[in-house]
Amino acid sequence: MTELRIILLVFLLVCAIAVSFSKNLLISVVIYMAFSLIMAIIWLILESPDLAITEAAVGAGVTSILFFVTLKKIRSIKTTAEEDIDE
Amino acid sequence: MSKKNPNYQNSFADKFTRWVKGDYDPIEGQMEMNAPDKEVFGDERIRYVHLHIVKSNNYSERMFEEGLAKNVRRFTGLYKIFGVIVSVFIACLLLWTVSFLPKFGDPNAPENNEVATRYIEQGLSETGAVNIVTGMILDYRAFDTFGESCVLFVASCCVLILLRVDKDEDPESRAIEDMNDRHYEPRNDTILQKVADFLVPLMIIFGIYVVLNGHISPGGGFSGGAIIGSGLILYLTAYGFEKTQRFMNEKVVKALTVGALTFYCFAKSYSFYTGANHLHSIITPGTPGNILSAGLIVYLNICVGIVVACTMYSFYTLFRKGGI
Repeated sequence: MTELRIILLVFLLVCAIAVSFSKNLLISVVIYMAFSLIMAIIWLILESPDLAITEAAVGAGVTSILFFVTLKKIRSIKTTAEEDIDE
Repeated sequence: MSKKNPNYQNSFADKFTRWVKGDYDPIEGQMEMNAPDKEVFGDERIRYVHLHIVKSNNYSERMFEEGLAKNVRRFTGLYKIFGVIVSVFIACLLLWTVSFLPKFGDPNAPENNEVATRYIEQGLSETGAVNIVTGMILDYRAFDTFGESCVLFVASCCVLILLRVDKDEDPESRAIEDMNDRHYEPRNDTILQKVADFLVPLMIIFGIYVVLNGHISPGGGFSGGAIIGSGLILYLTAYGFEKTQRFMNEKVVKALTVGALTFYCFAKSYSFYTGANHLHSIITPGTPGNILSAGLIVYLNICVGIVVACTMYSFYTLFRKGGI
């Protein structure tokens, strides 16, 4: 169990560093989702399943969706239509 | 929210301003005033501008490089160095502080006082909730949870104020917003619709299960409400606004949220009033482990779940098109 915990914490650190170093905002949000999921597993290991459910639903789900919508609104994500026009 | 006065041109304030500016002569009356034609941007034009912005993403960077002076370069170098120094300093400070905290699970830690002991030992018999966490947050600390639900409600109101597109004020921007929404969201995506067909009922049923079993198993109003809200968002992404607005429009969201908060307020007022005055309360803990046990906790969980689900859903719709 200790090994699993150490592996998860290392993943957490890697995710946190990778978020700040990725140039693409979309990739940052996806890494942030991974961070939330790992955090949910860590909450489960720390015996607080209530928090784990909330973290998985809010942190990985709703917050990332709101980020995606915002990125679309500020046109950081290229849609297929725009790529077609570009070509 | 501001409302434009339609009769502003005839009002005293406007006449006065025009007189000060010299446009309006009290003797000759109104001089000729032609408002400049409002330049109407076509949709194509706007899209072209956006495309241009997307294309020249490194535009500002190039401008910056051309005008790069020596001291600016020195400043950016210093900026980076100071950034690293400050980050390392803060990280060391926080780690140093963490080393003073008691060990995880230490029985002699200061948070293991008589309050926690009371909650653990008497919680089941006093609240009737098998899940101690729910017993704490919705019985002993129900007032705090009420504040949290109100914070969520206020947050959605703030997002509404910031992102709402007014119907009566600006039909043009509303049309543009709708157009953008349709342009950026793939409607009738078969894969998404099939996945949604399969997942949405499961998500919503799981959310209802988590809400209703909040006092028996892990979960509760907040997590269950968030799961239901995610299910609604998935349904909305797959099928568009026409389908969801049949059952989730602005009126329904408003009525559900305000009704749930009011019920929560009255129910908890009753239990606080009877408890503080040592009156006989009709609310009993019941048999621990049953669905309809633990007094008010089930109903309060449902209220919190409704508020959270509505908030999540309205956040998403407000972000997408500026209206519920």
